[in-house]
Amino acid sequence: MDLKLRVWRQKDANSKGGFENYDVQNITTDASFLEMMDILNEQLVNSGQDPVAFDHDCREGICGMCSLYINGRAHGPDTEVTTCQLHMRKFKDGDTITIEPWRSGGFPVIKDLMVDRSAYDKILQAGGYVSVNTGGVPDANALPISKIDADEAMDAATCIGCGACVATCKNSSAMLFVSAKVSQLALLPQGKVEASRRAKAMVARMDELGFGNCTNTGACEVECPKGISIAHIARLNREFLFATCKE
Amino acid sequence: MTKLNSKIPEGLVAEKWDNYKAHQKLVNPANKRKLDVIVVGTGLAGGAAAASLGELGFNVKVFCYQDSPRRAHSIAAQGGINAAKNYPNDGDSIYRLFYDTVKGGDYRAREANVYRLAQVSNDIIDQCVAQGVPFAREYGGLLDNRSFGGAQVSRTFYARGQTGQQLLLGAYGALNRQIEAGTCKMYNRTEMMDVVVVDGKARGIITRNMVTGEIDAHFGHAVVLATGGYGNVFFLSTNAMGSNGSAAVKAYRKGAYFGNPCYVQIHPTCIPVHGDFQSKLTLMSESLRNDGRIWVPKKKEDAEAIRAGKLKPTEIKAEDRDYYLERRYPAFGNLVPRDVASRAAKERCDAGYGVGTGQAVYLDFKTAIERLGEDKIRERYGNLFQMYEKIVDENPYKTPMMIYPAIHYTMGGLWVDYELQTTIPGLFAAGEANFSDHGANRLGASALMQGLADGYFVLPYTVQNYLADELHTPRLNPEETKEFIEAKDEVQNHINKLMNINGSRSVDSIHKELGHIMWDNVGMARNEKGLKDAIEKISALRKEFWANVKVPGSANEMNPELEKANRVADFLELGELMARDALHREESCGGHFREEFQTEEGEAKRNDQDFTYVATWEYKGSEASPELHKEDLKYEAIEVKVRNYK
Repeated sequence: MDLKLRVWRQKDANSKGGFENYDVQNITTDASFLEMMDILNEQLVNSGQDPVAFDHDCREGICGMCSLYINGRAHGPDTEVTTCQLHMRKFKDGDTITIEPWRSGGFPVIKDLMVDRSAYDKILQAGGYVSVNTGGVPDANALPISKIDADEAMDAATCIGCGACVATCKNSSAMLFVSAKVSQLALLPQGKVEASRRAKAMVARMDELGFGNCTNTGACEVECPKGISIAHIARLNREFLFATCKE
Repeated sequence: MTKLNSKIPEGLVAEKWDNYKAHQKLVNPANKRKLDVIVVGTGLAGGAAAASLGELGFNVKVFCYQDSPRRAHSIAAQGGINAAKNYPNDGDSIYRLFYDTVKGGDYRAREANVYRLAQVSNDIIDQCVAQGVPFAREYGGLLDNRSFGGAQVSRTFYARGQTGQQLLLGAYGALNRQIEAGTCKMYNRTEMMDVVVVDGKARGIITRNMVTGEIDAHFGHAVVLATGGYGNVFFLSTNAMGSNGSAAVKAYRKGAYFGNPCYVQIHPTCIPVHGDFQSKLTLMSESLRNDGRIWVPKKKEDAEAIRAGKLKPTEIKAEDRDYYLERRYPAFGNLVPRDVASRAAKERCDAGYGVGTGQAVYLDFKTAIERLGEDKIRERYGNLFQMYEKIVDENPYKTPMMIYPAIHYTMGGLWVDYELQTTIPGLFAAGEANFSDHGANRLGASALMQGLADGYFVLPYTVQNYLADELHTPRLNPEETKEFIEAKDEVQNHINKLMNINGSRSVDSIHKELGHIMWDNVGMARNEKGLKDAIEKISALRKEFWANVKVPGSANEMNPELEKANRVADFLELGELMARDALHREESCGGHFREEFQTEEGEAKRNDQDFTYVATWEYKGSEASPELHKEDLKYEAIEVKVRNYK
């Protein structure tokens, strides 16, 4: 199929960006969205133009590196996929596709469609872990954990840190991301020990970095490629409240 | 004169690691902060090593090319991690895990390393659970296990089909904690461009900031490369797009020997190739072979009808299906090791029984769904089935998956001794980047085990042993040290050279051409003529690259094409080295199958008399042939036998 692309181009963080139009032809429906972008870039390189910069790596939906706002939706028009898992069969011949970077003050543009998500690392550095050193830990089966809790912790732990929740949220809130880690660890006995401290520290860091508040719109949950539920935000709120009350 | 000294400690194999630890040198806590360690790569090996060294109190500088350490390709490992816990009470032990791994590697791995790996495997599981890794559990609250290829016990721990992700996030959490504590300093979007050697020892690296293009020099008393494998030489592989062999190649050029470059793992269960535009291949976890059965039609006419779209796989009766793994290998069935399963798939497809494009076989869950119900299968493999459906647009609960072998992992890598130190003192290599533990074929769920073993439980000891003698080495100022200044200039010149060729071919077009040469001649089946051809073709392609590649943009900005060009330049070198190694190894073993050396039944035929050694290659300049050095392999705790899964 033949497509028209409207792509956000921006030289670097300090330059002003704008849309450019490109045509791509003979794209098969079996191609992934990023393979379509590869074809566009090959075309640009061969005609002496600067290719479009976009983040991507594993191309199987797990590394969380790819982003892209496609036709107004984070990771495009499919459910529970990352952009690299989106396939061209979701589009029709003759479609115009608008491609933008994540739009959030927390994620400044680096170039074209690439953004800086290091704020996510900083939030996790504030406490998104169990404080144990290597070695000297108990046997893995010393502490039984109910399957239900382990499964729910795993649901939360599947977060890939892609940033779709922030990009989708009208408040640029990182609550779903933060809650996924807080909830995973609060559900497990190993993480419970410092659950209050963690919730407080991570929320404080999130605020410091300029992410907005949660107003329970639920858009994050809809666009999360891993289907992480906003029920985890409720658990984060509970942990946070509990921690504050204890003071 | 060969520099190979594997430094295997004295004693029985079961005592070696304890002996090493009992006699190694230590650094006292106050002195640790005076010592700098550089870790390149933040996958399981690098992330775990950086965090553990930071916890000990060393100053650690950590580098990754991704935008966050959490994105290293370990994240994509699906199926699980092995350990000798024997929780299921099914006869497992440290010795058996050791035995299976050496046998799985077709008796081409170093015995002492593998035994240590099996020993620390149990500590890994304990560590990960303590970090809050949500492994799968039984209703009683204890950990669940499943089976993987090459083993008759269930020793694989897993977190749905995302085990690598969960383990990596555990290591990443530990690393984050050290970043917050200030012992580790993280450099994201930074690519290592060279190793700096001063007075014969590794003393630092040169890097390129991928956002600004800035070239920097970093000093370290020791350098750890945990930079993964080089499967992307083939262009199409299950590796991430950015996975590359450049750090290893740069070290090789600086004097580190390269071990067993020809040992490449071809994974039997990947989604088949479907077009020229394709950028990567997606793995379907080996764990699927626990419940999935692999088959092709028994009759050629059925296979032809399927390929022509006239027949559906679900219409083929049970008696007309050839479950060829169960037929050929009744003892292990669908759970034979990867090299064996891959070759068997190729054999059937080459004989004309392939489905899809002809280069595919079926992986069928019908029997398992009948036995366990769809819900149970969804619970076990739901995310993999979803992934398959998104890519192929078919529902694997209703119709069998189509799969075909694809490049997945490289057993070869930088040669290291027992301490994981390369032939350059102070330069260590860990995880997939080294050659050490898997011999000629890696068993499923062993890569995660090795990465974490190296990172959590080996390097913190061996790096410390090395650093104990470096207390009096002052921190060098890269701005004022000749070797750093020269290395930086060389990197700058290399980049300028790439930018100024200004030819007519895109980097990808050359990379794809290299990939075709490699897959056709240095892939699943190799022969003398094909390998000689490959060496010539790659050499010509390398000339073409340096004369005719086109890198747009400038070097002082974010420039993904420049990054790719730098990596492909190194892949061209590696491809040739792999072909040379494959040509010299006149036997078939593990993932290395030479058509001239096979049994009448088409099984790999080893030549233990002449080839029970690690082939390591020393760089001799870009136009000269590398020099071969051999590390003889001695088996004391294990009897070398013909590998048999029948």
